[in-house]
Formats: sequence, C-alpha cells, structure tokens
Amino acid sequence: MSDTAKLSVQIAAVLVACIAVALMPGYVDLFQLMQFTLFASMAVLALSLGFIWGFGGILCFGQTAFFGLGAYAYAVAAINFGDSTPAILMAIIVPSLFALALGYFVFYGRISDVYLGVITLTVTLILFNVFNSTAGDEYTIGVARLGGFNGMPAVPTFNMPFDPSGILFPEHSWYVTGGVLIAVYVGLRLLLRSRFGRVAVAVRENETRAALLGYDPRVVKLWVFVLGGAIAGLAGALYVNWGAFVGPTIFALSLSAEIIIWICIGGLGTLIGPVVGCFLIQYLVSQIGSQQSFNSNLILGAILVVFVVLLPKGLVPTLRNLILSGWHLVGDARRKGAEAKRNDLAAGQPVGAE
Amino acid sequence: MTISRRKFLHSTMAASAVLASPAISTRYAFGADDPIRVGSLLDQSGAIASSGVTMVAAIQLAIDEINEAGGLLGRPLELIQYDTQSNIQLYSQYAQQLALKDRVDVVHGGITSASREAIRPTFDRFQVLYFYNVLYEGGVCDRNVFCTGTTPAQTVEKLVPFAMKNSGKKAYILAADYNYGQITAKWMTKYMRDNGGEILSVDFFPLDVTNFGPTISKIQAAKPDLILSALVGGNHVSFYRQWESAGMKGQIPIASTTFGLVNEPSTVDASVSKDIYGCYGYYEELETPESTAFVDKLKSRWAEIPYISELTATTYEGVYLWAEGVKKAGTLDRMKVIEALESGISYKGPSGEVTLDGPTHHTVRNAYLAQVQDRKWNVLETFQDVQPSDTAMVCNLAENPNDNQQYVIDIDS
Amino acid sequence: MDLAALLALNVINGAASLFLLCLGLAIIFGMMRIINLAHGEFVMLGAYAAVLSANAGVNIWIAMLVVAPLFVGLVGLLVERCLVRFLYGRLVDSMLATWGLSLLIIGIVTTIFGNTMQGVPTPLGGFSIGDYRTSWYTLFLLAVAIVMMAIVYAVLRYTRYGLIARAVMQNPDMAAVLGVNPTHVYMATFSLGAAVTGLAGGVLAPVSGITPVMGGAYVAKAFITVVGGGAAIISGTLSASGLFGFVNQLGAYFTTPVYGEVILFLSAIVLIRLLPQGISGRFFKGTV
Repeated sequence: MSDTAKLSVQIAAVLVACIAVALMPGYVDLFQLMQFTLFASMAVLALSLGFIWGFGGILCFGQTAFFGLGAYAYAVAAINFGDSTPAILMAIIVPSLFALALGYFVFYGRISDVYLGVITLTVTLILFNVFNSTAGDEYTIGVARLGGFNGMPAVPTFNMPFDPSGILFPEHSWYVTGGVLIAVYVGLRLLLRSRFGRVAVAVRENETRAALLGYDPRVVKLWVFVLGGAIAGLAGALYVNWGAFVGPTIFALSLSAEIIIWICIGGLGTLIGPVVGCFLIQYLVSQIGSQQSFNSNLILGAILVVFVVLLPKGLVPTLRNLILSGWHLVGDARRKGAEAKRNDLAAGQPVGAE
Repeated sequence: MTISRRKFLHSTMAASAVLASPAISTRYAFGADDPIRVGSLLDQSGAIASSGVTMVAAIQLAIDEINEAGGLLGRPLELIQYDTQSNIQLYSQYAQQLALKDRVDVVHGGITSASREAIRPTFDRFQVLYFYNVLYEGGVCDRNVFCTGTTPAQTVEKLVPFAMKNSGKKAYILAADYNYGQITAKWMTKYMRDNGGEILSVDFFPLDVTNFGPTISKIQAAKPDLILSALVGGNHVSFYRQWESAGMKGQIPIASTTFGLVNEPSTVDASVSKDIYGCYGYYEELETPESTAFVDKLKSRWAEIPYISELTATTYEGVYLWAEGVKKAGTLDRMKVIEALESGISYKGPSGEVTLDGPTHHTVRNAYLAQVQDRKWNVLETFQDVQPSDTAMVCNLAENPNDNQQYVIDIDS
Repeated sequence: MDLAALLALNVINGAASLFLLCLGLAIIFGMMRIINLAHGEFVMLGAYAAVLSANAGVNIWIAMLVVAPLFVGLVGLLVERCLVRFLYGRLVDSMLATWGLSLLIIGIVTTIFGNTMQGVPTPLGGFSIGDYRTSWYTLFLLAVAIVMMAIVYAVLRYTRYGLIARAVMQNPDMAAVLGVNPTHVYMATFSLGAAVTGLAGGVLAPVSGITPVMGGAYVAKAFITVVGGGAAIISGTLSASGLFGFVNQLGAYFTTPVYGEVILFLSAIVLIRLLPQGISGRFFKGTV
C-alpha cells in the first residue's frame, strides 16, 4: 500500500472513531456507555505501554505504577481542591516526575531488556506495599485520607473546567474519555511521524548505531518513558472518574500483566493493537464473570494459551497481513511472495513502525 | 472532607435526578408475576473464592426457600450473581451492571472492605439498596447500606477478656496488614488495657507473607502470656503450622478473630488448631433447630461445602432480613423498605435472633465464644443480643440521615 | 546469645527457602531465557501432589521428595511439548502463554479440589536453643537446599548431559552441527526445572497454607531473585537468595514484615542498578 493510501485510511479511521464516540450515547444504554468509558480509559493505559514498548523498545512490567500514581494524585487533589481541573493536571505531572526520576536512574545506568522489566515490576510492588499500609489517620494529605487497603471511596468525578458545580454526567464523561483516547492516539501517530518519533524507532532498532549517528539513546528513551508515564497517569485520572474509587490493588501484579496481555493480543509495534486488545480482553473478562458453569480462571487461561499458539503476532498485524496479501493478490503475485517472506523474517519481532 | 462530601452529594443528587426517573418507571412496569431481581456480587474465583463460593450457595438457598414459600409480595425472586473474580475493578463494573442494566431491587455482596467501599458509592448514586453481610472492622454509616455481620465490639470485646482469664495479662498481637487487621489490632489493644492487660508488641503482615520464622523468634523473646491473631487468608495459615512445628503449641495460648472463617480447623492438622479461641456470630456446630436445619440443607445440596462459618450464616440471614423488610413495607420502593428495616425488623436464623438496629444499620445478634477441639469448634459461652456499640459511637442515621462514609472509630479516646 | 543463634538460623532458613523456590526458575530462565510466569503454580502443584499422596497413605517423605518432583516434572514435560516449545526465543510470548497457563492451572485445580485443601502435619518435632524453641524442619529445609544445590551443580558441571545442556544454551546451532538435538535438551531442561520447583513445593507444603492461589505469593519474589542473581544458575541464585533472604529476615525482625518486604525490593533495585548483569555476571563469571 502506498504511503498516501495508508495515510488516508488512517485519517478515515480516526474520523469514523470520532463519529462513533459522538453518536454512541444515542444508541447504547447507560450501563453500556459506562462500560465503554471504563474500556476507553484502560485503552489509554494500553496505548501508553504500547507506545514505550512497541516504539521505544522499553519493556516496562510496571506501567501500573504510573497509572496508580496518576489515580491517587487525581483523587488526593480532587478531594482537596474540590475541582477536577487542577486534579487532572496533577494526575499527569506527578507520574511524569516519577517517570523522569526512575527513567534517569535506569537509562543512565544503561539498564535494558529484562532487567529494566524487573526494576519497574519491583517499583510497582513497593508502591503496592506502601499504599497498602496507609490505613491510619496519620496518612492524610490535606483533607484526603489515603485509606490503606480499603482505598479512597467517593472521589469527586470530573466537572466542567474551573466550575466545580458543573459535574459531568455519564454521557459527558464518555465524550471526555473517548475524546482523550482518540487525541492520545492521534498525538502519538503524529509524534511517530516527527523527527523525534523516527529517532525513537531508530534507537529501538539499534541503540549503538543510533548513538554512532550522533543521537543519545539515553535521552531519547528517557523522554519516551516520561511521555508514557504522563499518558498512563492521565489514564489513571480517567479511571477514577469512572469508578469514583481508587485502592492499592491498582498497583497489583495482575493488572501489570493484563496490560502486557492486551498488547500481545492486539499486536506489539502498532498503536491500534493495544486498544483493540484492551477492549477485547476487558469485555471477555466481564462476560466470563456472568456465567456460573466454569471457573473464570480456567476459561481465561485456556483462551490466552490457545491464542499465543494460534496467533503469535497478535490480532492487528495478522489481520493487516491478511488484508495486504489480498491487496497484492489482485496485483503482482511475485510481490505477494516477497511480502510474505519479509513478514516471516520479522516474525517474533515488533512489526516495523510506519 | 465536608466540602468534598457535599460536592459528592450534590453530584449524587444531580445524577439521580436524571438517572433514577427512568429506573423507577421501568421498575414499576413489571407485572405481578415478574420476578423480583436480587443482585449478588461475590468472588467465585481467585484469592477470595474460598469465602465467596459458600456464600453464593447460602444466597441461592435463601432465595429458593422464599420462592418455595410463595415468593415476596406474590412475586418470585430471581438471583443475579456475578463472579467478581477477586478483582476490585470488576466489583465496580458489575455494580453498575446490576444497578443500570439488570435494575435489581437489592444487592447482597462484597467480601473485603475494599470491595464494599468500591461499590458503595455506585449503589448510593443509583439508589439501589445494598446489604453487606460480612464481619468487618465497623464504622460504615450510610442510610442505603445495611451491614449484617459482626463488628469488633460484638466479638473482640468478648474474646479478649475470656482469653486473658485463661492465660495472663501480657499479649502479643499479630494482624494482617490492611484496614481490617489494623483496626482490629486497635480494638484488641483497647480491650486488653480495659481489662488491665499489657501489649508487648503489635506486628502486621502483608497478605503474601508465608515465612513466620522471625516472628516466632520475636514472640519467644518477648515471652507473652497470650497471642491475639487477626491473620487473614491462606498464606497466613502458615503461621499456625510453623508455630506448631517449632514446638510452641501448648506453650502460649492463641485467640483469633479470623481463624476458622473459611475452614481452617479442618484443613490444618488437629494438633495445629487445638485449643485456639475464637468468637463469632455463628459456627456450624451450633445445635439449635434452625442451625442444624440450615447446615443439613446446605450440605445436602452442595456436598463440596467444607465448612459453614459466620460469613455464610450472616449472608443467609441478610437475605431474610431484607425479605422481612419488604414484607413489612408491602412494596419494593427503596425508601419505604429502608424505613421498614429501620423500624426494628428481626429474624430468627441459624445464629439465633437477629435484629436490625435502626440508627446504625448494623445488627444486634448473638456472639459465641468457642475453642477448637479435634478440628471442631466447641462452643463455651453464648452472649445474647450483643449491640454493635462500636459503630454506635460514631453513627446515628436517625439524626444524620444524609451521612454516607466509613468512620475510623477513634478508639484511644 | 541464644537469640542470636536462633536469629542466624532464621536468616539461613529464609535464604534456603528462597533458594529452593528460585532454583527451578533459575534453571528455566537462566538456560532457556523463558520467563515462566506459571512458576508459582508449579510450586502449588508440587504442594498439592505431596499433600494428596500423603493423605492417600503414601509415606510423607516419599510424598514430598519423590512424588512431588516426579509429578511436576511430568507436568513440565507436557507443558514444554504442548506449549513452550513453540515459544523459544520469544520472550514476551512466553510470558503471555505462561501467564495464561498459570490461570489455567489454578482453574483446573480449583475445579477438581475446591478452594481449600487439608494439609499434612509437619514431620519432625521441635528442639531448643537455650530458652528458645524451633523446629527440626527448619534444618531439614536447609539440608534439602544444600543437597539440591550439590546435585544440580554436579549434573551441570560433571555429567555429559550438563556439558551438552550448557553447550546448547550458549549456541544451539553450533551444538546441532556437532550432532546434538537441541529439542531434546530443551525438553529435558524445562522438565528438570519444573521437577526442582515441584520439590520445593513439596517440602514447603507442611509449613504453608495450601490453596490453589498460593503460587501468587512466590512468583514476583522468585523472578526478582533470579534476575538479581544473573546468568549463572547456582552461584547467581545462591548469592542473590542469600543476600535477599538475609536482608528480608533481618528487616522483618528489626522492623516489621512490611518493611522487610520493602527493604528486600529496594535492595533488589539498587543491586540491579549497580550490577546490571546480576551478581554472578560481575563476580562469578563463567561459573555454573
């Protein structure tokens, strides 16, 4: 597919998504709308990891650290200020600063690969332990009690900017969350087309080569990481807006693993893949709990195992390859063979950025 | 806190003005034979499933019994249970589903306090009556919520003096490191001091700790007369086993507010569980006619149920208390049912006579002191009609009907 | 003085348990670069195998030391043949698949045996150090850890299988050229790792709470320890579990178990930051 054709398909897809977000409240009931709001906020989280992992090559096992910090920062600020506007900003700033500090610590120590994964995982476990033991009255920030394992219930939800009395209705929350998801997607797309995006992909592909060309991989990775942290923090605020609740289980290992699963299922190295994987798995998990005949773990586990064996590259790359082969079938048969061969070579590795 | 609470109330009212009206219109559109929908949120898989599975059976039993007796207000009951998979996010998700999609008339459920606090705002906001049927640390004060399990003033207050009388005045406290454990440890400390005792140390353990070696050494160094335990979950059972294997069994007595809530006395060896003191609202060993009938019905229908503890009995009684309230109100209208329930509804269930306390929305119920012998609880003493006096210190819904928070009771004062 | 001796015993015991729990993971991760997120469930299966066979009348020692590793070794073989062999060289897919596997195993065990399980009594009694009492079983765990270390070391260092295995891990193509079938080596190694993990589950069964979800308590800690230890299986895991066990137990004794955990995690972060190749990558290069 030519570059222009690809671009127009992408623009069309974004337009369709915008229209879908705008029309959704008219077609689904309130419960489904709130469920989609949740899925969309989680999809923002999935995008943050999909970006730093798929395009920055940073395998972070602890993306929930930033998600959770964003959620707590939002909750504490919203309870204290009574206005969600500065609270949303806090939910972006606090995790960004944390990501900056952590990123400086690891990238300037030239830690990569699975070691990076272990450090981020460990940070998440520490945060879980720390927030879990904040049950006492002494753990109060302003007027907000952190609440330990029981968490912080009844957190104020979003209001109109600088107007605390203008609480958003669920429809408006959906517009905000769906809009943020599309905006983050488009923003990352544009970023990847920019000079910085190309350098980030170059660093992912070969750090040494990028360094020899005059780029500092440490700086590049650091900024990718901080951006990922900021997006994850924003997702945290959206999540709290949905449930009006935050507790330490937000840092749990199971959620960290779940984000990785969304990305693997949707397709690593794409931006739409994590979103698709997130919606799919979240929907699946909530459906599994509605049935009573089988143990929920049993079903989810079996699905994951079968999936890895049958669709190792993830949904989006597999579908794209199928469509591309169809495209080439019409055209040059030899080109199709070459395409398939190239894809075989790329198997098991992140699909290249486009 | 006040500012934000008012804001939340504001949002609640604003939202309910919009949302409740369609809900009510559909609810009354049901015909006379349409089932009354009862929602339930309990964990049937994951870490907390060991408690949840039996509780689901108890709800199912209560619903079926009510249906066999002709239903409520001439309509049958229908149970909608979701497996929350020990996952807080799913609690919020299914709570919205029950409130908005299934439009249930009442929800029974929640096991951990965290799960309750996650779903409580949802049911307040969408005006769905909510019953929390599990023993917990106390302090929830919300007109839309009824808590039917025991609280520390009903159990710890009896357990501590009894255990002290049978051991000595110096205690060592072990508790799970989250709100329940921390607050229970405070109550233990208070009741020890009230009875002239002394606390040597209070240790908290994250739920995934499995190695208690250093703790057992610390306990030996401190030489207490008594160990008070609020350890929670499968991993913490390791403490009792390692205690026995270190040869400490029989040297220092143990009293626990949690041991036996799942079926610990029969999963560990008889020598491990022997002589541990406990105080709960119910044991399956109780020999009242209501209790034996309840145990027979549950175990003959679900043979795999290992043990029926307070969690299961209070869940069953919670459904019946709600049904009594609906009968008295003669309608499913939420406020009328709440008013009926506040008027002092009582029900004679497996654990004895249970009465809802209007001002606190907690229960006045019997408490039983027992000791493990040969893997069974041997009931030593019965306390009739114990008041939820801890929550009563902070909560009076008759005076402040708009209250909706969980208070941390200031125990030191 | 007595207390110091007891404390030392606790620290050694903590390190020994951690070592036992990590050894199987270290074999699988260190030699094959597969992150086995179902590691905790292998521990759980070992505990279940030991408890079920002991309750069925098998001698407790045979149940723990023979039945548990054999059973989990077989499970490992099955898992390798049906699942993991498709995933070599695909670190992330292996994580996804083994995470699914762990849920699947929890689901199967819960469906068959329910949510709780009757445990076995701890064999051996207690003994006294001065005023303090502790159990012989602590020493037994230590002995098992030492024997396992010796066996795994001997197998890897002195047997033909060990030589071939190390060769395959270093360069599978070269080994294949020399007439070795890497598939068989991977299969045997994964199965060995699973069996060692099953043994750990078996010997920990008498002092743990037995539930289908018990594995969750182990997986993160074991993973951190193995990565902290670095590539060398024995020296890396031994040094890392020694260090972390020491820090954790002392931290738990002098502060609280919560801070014991936090201190362990913090020391792991600092360790990996200072020694990105793990302890063995820095100090025990080229050892097993």
